[in-house]
Amino acid sequence: MNGSATPTLSGWGRSPVVPGHEVRSEDLARVTVGHPLSRGLGRSYGDSSLPAPGDAEVVSSTLADRILSFDPQTGDIRAEAGLSLRDLYRVFLPQGFFTPVTPGTQYVTLGGMVAADIHGKNHHREGCFGAHVTSLTLRVADGRVLTCSPTVERDLFRATLGGMGLTGHILEVGFRLARVPSPWIYGESERISDIDQFIHGLKEAGPRWPMTVGWIDCTSGGKRLGRGTLFKGRWAEPSEAPAHPPRPKGRFSVPFNLPPFAMGRLSVKLMNPVLYWRHLRRHQRGIVHPETYFYPLDALRNWNRIYGKRGMTQHQCVLPESAGRGAARRFLEVLVAHGGASFLCVIKDCGPEGLGLLSFPKPGISIALDIAVRDDTQELIDALNEQVIKEGGRIYLTKDAFTRPEHFRAMEPRLDEWLAIRRKWDPEGKLRSAQSVRLFGDKP
Amino acid sequence: MKAVFLGATKGIGRALARQLVARGDRLFLLGRDGNDLQRSAGDLRARAGATAAGRATGQAEPARVGFAVCDLENPDGFGRALDEADAELGGFDTVVITAGLFATQDRLENDRALCRRLLTVDFANTVVFCEEARVRLLARGGGTLCVFSSVAGERGRKPVILYGAAKAGLTHYLEGLDHKFRAAGLRTVCVKPGFVKTGMTEGLKPPPFAGTAEGVAAQVVKAIDRGKPVLYAPGMWALVMLVIRALPRLVMRRIGF
Repeated sequence: MNGSATPTLSGWGRSPVVPGHEVRSEDLARVTVGHPLSRGLGRSYGDSSLPAPGDAEVVSSTLADRILSFDPQTGDIRAEAGLSLRDLYRVFLPQGFFTPVTPGTQYVTLGGMVAADIHGKNHHREGCFGAHVTSLTLRVADGRVLTCSPTVERDLFRATLGGMGLTGHILEVGFRLARVPSPWIYGESERISDIDQFIHGLKEAGPRWPMTVGWIDCTSGGKRLGRGTLFKGRWAEPSEAPAHPPRPKGRFSVPFNLPPFAMGRLSVKLMNPVLYWRHLRRHQRGIVHPETYFYPLDALRNWNRIYGKRGMTQHQCVLPESAGRGAARRFLEVLVAHGGASFLCVIKDCGPEGLGLLSFPKPGISIALDIAVRDDTQELIDALNEQVIKEGGRIYLTKDAFTRPEHFRAMEPRLDEWLAIRRKWDPEGKLRSAQSVRLFGDKP
Repeated sequence: MKAVFLGATKGIGRALARQLVARGDRLFLLGRDGNDLQRSAGDLRARAGATAAGRATGQAEPARVGFAVCDLENPDGFGRALDEADAELGGFDTVVITAGLFATQDRLENDRALCRRLLTVDFANTVVFCEEARVRLLARGGGTLCVFSSVAGERGRKPVILYGAAKAGLTHYLEGLDHKFRAAGLRTVCVKPGFVKTGMTEGLKPPPFAGTAEGVAAQVVKAIDRGKPVLYAPGMWALVMLVIRALPRLVMRRIGF
């Protein structure tokens, strides 16, 4: 809390910053009564976890972090919504279990993973987190606490997966942990010289590797457009893994906001080729620490500060298979044409659409760009979104702070069904966020 | 270690209980809400399972974590609860008390009933509970009694007059036990947390050197192992309180701290 001024809240991108503060209690069921929104660790980038204008308080789930039951035979676990992935992994990886799906940071709560219906490097094989959720306990808008699952109150369940916390406060999450053969990862990486090769490489690796992801140098245009590194991985077999368990990693912190030139166009332009050529040998392989593999950016605490005071946003879209293999190239060309330099550009292939009515992934290629907030960010996001709409794709709400409501509607044919279910459970519109006001026309 | 734990469901108590089971200690939980105790027992059992697997014993059963309802507002139940814990653990050697009430000075000044409740729970009833525990520990040749007091009990201070008075009494009592019974094998650990960011202090503005529940819990585990009679947590508060204790009345009257 900042003692002098009114307290403010923001997402991980630190843009926008809005007035508001968190209310926290171990007793999440009690503290959620009468509140319009809960949030977890605030790792969504934009305004999904921020209070609507006029609302001062958001419930923080982070003190409600108990594991309620665990069955080592099946991997079935039930826990309070504030349990973090970091805590979960430290308790269960030594026992031979890991979350079936993980996002790129361990600083997320189970509630957040459900609300965003997060996906990971293994989406082409395991789907979203929601595919592994067995039941959810929610406090819905009328104050009742109830449990839904793929078979009980199925509509509510489907609207909650990826529903950005707008169908009810998520209190408890039941899901199934995946058994892993060892706590280590076996990884291979490959230097790729352009975007078409990249798509080809991802599609080829998909059936053979449970986890795939790529990093793209998106400062290079023309023949080198979309060059980068493709990472493939799987859990290591006990025979190839080191005998000792992986030690939890230490962290460095970015102590303060870096000045604007740190992530300016020039430094991004200089850094990207360095990252590209760091992977000097075309192929590399070996055993990797699970934290290094899944959460490379977590090693740098507060890395969002490198984007300076104005913050950053992320644009993540999926370009569907129906758009053809040239879609990724066309999208990157729009980015380059707008002078959009992104320090980090991540590419990944997506498997089938899951249960969640607003869940992000569908079959195709997902591209995520980190974008420093500048005066022209709105125009850049608009241009990217127009391209996404043209290709029949959509964006990921968890990352978004700039998309226009008419653009989102054009991307999301499922929106009306989701809104109808939400209205059924919350006819008075009690639950809302800054994002739902911006995108779904909720009353502020 | 076989420990009875009063107050393991929330805040620093929760973090401390997790660190104890994670290194293989056995716990029996006491608290006022049976449902809450059951949830915490489940949590600790799952976390204890991790160490069992980590030790690679192969078929190690996850440790049982028992619990019983015991309300600091009802001293009649103390003896029975401790007997139940004793039976379940097969003789405990450690008693940890983190439970207590907290309210701001403003609220206590304006709510006589709450004031009375807080003074009773944080001083009189906590001491009575400790007496029950002390007798049982001494009867078996000693053990550890770890009790959470507070830096608020160091000096009469404007923002924590009533809460601080209860904690001052508790601190004195624990010091007395240490002087009288250490030779007989009773080790008292009086923990004096400074400001720690937990549900208890939710809504208050954290001062500099505010601690985290996990950090304080790690210090307490060490203090229990070493039988350290007084622990300031975070450690910085030892220095802060050294200064506060040395300040003349004239100054204390003028400052808001």
